[in-house]
Amino acid sequence: MTIPNTVPITEDLVSAHGLKPDEYQRILGLIGREPSFTELGIFSAMWNEHCSYKSSKRWLRTLPTKGERVIHGPGENAGVVDIGDGDCVVFKMESHNHPSYIEPYQGAATGVGGILRDVFTMGARPVAAMNALRFGEPNHPKTRHLVAGVVSGVGGYGNAFGVPTVGGEVEFDASYNGNCLVNAFAAGIAKTDGIFLSKAEGVGLPVVYLGAKTGRDGVGGATMASAEFDDQIEEKRPTVQVGDPFTEKCLLEACLELMASGAVIAIQDMGAAGLTCSAVEMGAKGDLGIELDLDKVPVREERMSAYEMMLSESQERMLMVLRPEMEDDAAAIFRKWGLDFAIVGKTTDDLRFSVLHQGEEVANLPIKELGDQAPEYDRPWLVPATPKPLADDDVPEADVADALLTLLASPNLSSRRWVWEQYDTLIQGNSLQLPGGDAGVVRVDGHATKALAFSSDVTPRYCEADPFEGGKQAVAECWRNLTATGALPLAATDNLNFGNPERPEIMGQFVRAIEGIGEACRALGFPIVSGNVSLYNETNGKGIMPTPTIGGVGLIDDWQTMKRAAFAADGEAILLVGAPPSWGTHLGQSAYLRDVHGRRDGPPPPVDLDKEKRVGDFVRRLIRDGVVTACHDLSDGGLAVALAEMAMASGVGATVNQVNDISPVPVFFGEDQGRYLVTLGIDPQGPQMADLWREADALGIFMPWIGSTGGRELKLGEARAVSVAALRDVHEGWFPTFMG
Amino acid sequence: MKTAVVLLPGLNRDRDMIAALTKITGRPPVTVWQTETDIPDVDLIVIPGGFSFGDYLRCGAIGARMPVMRAVAEKARQGVMVMGVCNGFQILLEAGLLPGALMRNATLKFVCREVKLEVANANTAFTRGYAAGQIIRCPVAHHDGNYFADAETLTRLEGEGQVVFRYAEGTNPNGSVNDIAGIVSREGNVLGMMPHPENLIEAAHGGNDGRALFEGALGIAA
Repeated sequence: MTIPNTVPITEDLVSAHGLKPDEYQRILGLIGREPSFTELGIFSAMWNEHCSYKSSKRWLRTLPTKGERVIHGPGENAGVVDIGDGDCVVFKMESHNHPSYIEPYQGAATGVGGILRDVFTMGARPVAAMNALRFGEPNHPKTRHLVAGVVSGVGGYGNAFGVPTVGGEVEFDASYNGNCLVNAFAAGIAKTDGIFLSKAEGVGLPVVYLGAKTGRDGVGGATMASAEFDDQIEEKRPTVQVGDPFTEKCLLEACLELMASGAVIAIQDMGAAGLTCSAVEMGAKGDLGIELDLDKVPVREERMSAYEMMLSESQERMLMVLRPEMEDDAAAIFRKWGLDFAIVGKTTDDLRFSVLHQGEEVANLPIKELGDQAPEYDRPWLVPATPKPLADDDVPEADVADALLTLLASPNLSSRRWVWEQYDTLIQGNSLQLPGGDAGVVRVDGHATKALAFSSDVTPRYCEADPFEGGKQAVAECWRNLTATGALPLAATDNLNFGNPERPEIMGQFVRAIEGIGEACRALGFPIVSGNVSLYNETNGKGIMPTPTIGGVGLIDDWQTMKRAAFAADGEAILLVGAPPSWGTHLGQSAYLRDVHGRRDGPPPPVDLDKEKRVGDFVRRLIRDGVVTACHDLSDGGLAVALAEMAMASGVGATVNQVNDISPVPVFFGEDQGRYLVTLGIDPQGPQMADLWREADALGIFMPWIGSTGGRELKLGEARAVSVAALRDVHEGWFPTFMG
Repeated sequence: MKTAVVLLPGLNRDRDMIAALTKITGRPPVTVWQTETDIPDVDLIVIPGGFSFGDYLRCGAIGARMPVMRAVAEKARQGVMVMGVCNGFQILLEAGLLPGALMRNATLKFVCREVKLEVANANTAFTRGYAAGQIIRCPVAHHDGNYFADAETLTRLEGEGQVVFRYAEGTNPNGSVNDIAGIVSREGNVLGMMPHPENLIEAAHGGNDGRALFEGALGIAA
């Protein structure tokens, strides 16, 4: 079947393209006539929420994006940050939520493929990946199906492509029942003088199509991703693309070879809205027009219409502007890798985006306006209500040992080994820390001592209760996880997953979360250099918990000084750095309340950013000075869970015995922020320790000595001792049992 | 010591292997592209891991039919040491240079983790750096590592000491028959194994149990 370009433009058709009546009026005003069918498709692709950021742009502009080391911030395919010695790290996180719910394997796989392409389009070889996955409650009928499909899709693509997955998150909550989240992160390393951008330069130069052939898969995908779901969701399955990691791996090698040859002037991968977005981006950024001849586009299906070709989201495709004199060299490289290579158009000086198909001009639009003149909304928003604090006498009791075992065996705090053992965590031979610790760490290839740390974080229940504090916490937690390895946090990428922005209460969550993220990033010197917004994460009018995922990157100068969470040896002092005087206080929104008592009330723990920075900088210095033997940050489940994680990772037990006259539940399960556990290889009663305490004191950091490592049991205050083996049993047990 | 690494599109542990061989021999290996029909004189030819041609057909089936594999077979016939790891093992099986087949893991899932290997035969050029019965650590990362051979072939492999590595201490990750992790040809100069010794050769890998395999194959005294 071929769709002609003469389909009449009706109100229904406009609405089916996700364009509101006032947006359509704007199109009429811009081009001065009724658009052709293909043109309507092009506008719909460029102006949907996913591509245009029309609801979020105004707020994204408030985020700090600059820093000493930032080479390219948002606006390119990925952020670029200097790591010294002529190298830079290139990274971004992006969602593939809607496709993954409809078709979990392919949705997740192409999410991974898309983010890898964003990274190597810039000239970087991908060196690490992470995935932040969120699913509905475990007993929801779709959850296991989605977990199984998404995890094998992530693995299926990343493993075959050849990038180690070094970190990520997996979480369950009823708010994701109808709308799972798949946020894929990738990072690569490039030379700072070898970064490639999408901005085309030069008139009359060949526009070259590379990679896989174009099919009908994914037509309208970006528009689909900008709509809410309802019960007819299954009908959208054909809008999900199909991934081919083998072609992507070949495309990576061919692109890097081509870039090294000096033939590439500009390059843009075809992601959402494929040929349309990539061509417009290259032209608009370079102040050039682009003329495309669709008869030259390699296709794998018969009788494809111009409309379909322009909106196809077939994967593993690139658009480039090449030096004409090097066309033959370029073609040879692509033939070697078995990839399609076709000159499909040229750059022009008329600032028009013109598309030819079978001798007919099917589109002729002003290229700058397509991108820059997309509608931008200042949507109304409501300040979210802040929950009441828990009453002082409202400290629900539980046996500390029992509560710890309950938490470790719970869906959200149990081991994710079942997931990450399906990912290749070791490929490339540079992985220093695998998933399951604070951050994933990989060596920088070709450098004797340098390594990069990666962490992905957000606590959606905090964001739901207080989007501002939750936004701050997501950034602080990520910064803290990097710090716990000894890394200096450099910069971050954000993946903002929210519900329908046309509802003022959802828009309020979005605005306040961004304000929180911005404040934390400024205070911690941790700029946002790339990101992605995913709105309309709703099904039948019910939104997800606000989930602004933060993916951070840190630099370790010498990986031999890096620290892990595992206890290093018996008989070492354990210090709780950054503790309040009673070690722990805050139970509102804690995992303890949720998983032990079934309560989800109270405000989230506030983040004191000034203290966060002081404590983190101090811990990092201790690590680099070599006095720390193990380090772990405190998060979900508080002190008890953090101690258990350090014990389980090593097999070494611990005794916490300094808990005189303090109420044990907030001490062990409070989720106060800005805290780390460190063990020290020095005598806690010796002079070196006394110096450290004086220093901490001078910085206003409380650092109590809370106990010692040793034995094969974990003994928390007056609670009964639990063997590390028993902790491991319950911790490792939940996921495999759940998945069967 | 000269080495060569065979390159096919879709292989992705080539860089790991090249890095390991460079560290162990002090010089980078020669790389041989799939269309080449000559392999220079080297002491060891390695086919690394990955997903050659996407493994969209049977694993290794297309790779085994590329021109370079005729050259590998010829070198093997001449007695040159040849080693296939992971997808490389699958390719050697598909090329008929080793007997048996690798099926989907019994769990039907990709698995990446560290396992224990028992050195079942230390009396080969590859395994001479280990003691017989020695248990070593080694990572695996594969979806199709479930070794199978018919009863007659198994009897011969076991009888002639061609099984060189066995998953030990209950760590068989894929359901391989007789816990087989690696085998050699009857002549002993062709080794195929699923685990990745190249990912455990230095301190940064958290151990170097894989190193002795390369040193043995190359006759480098440890």
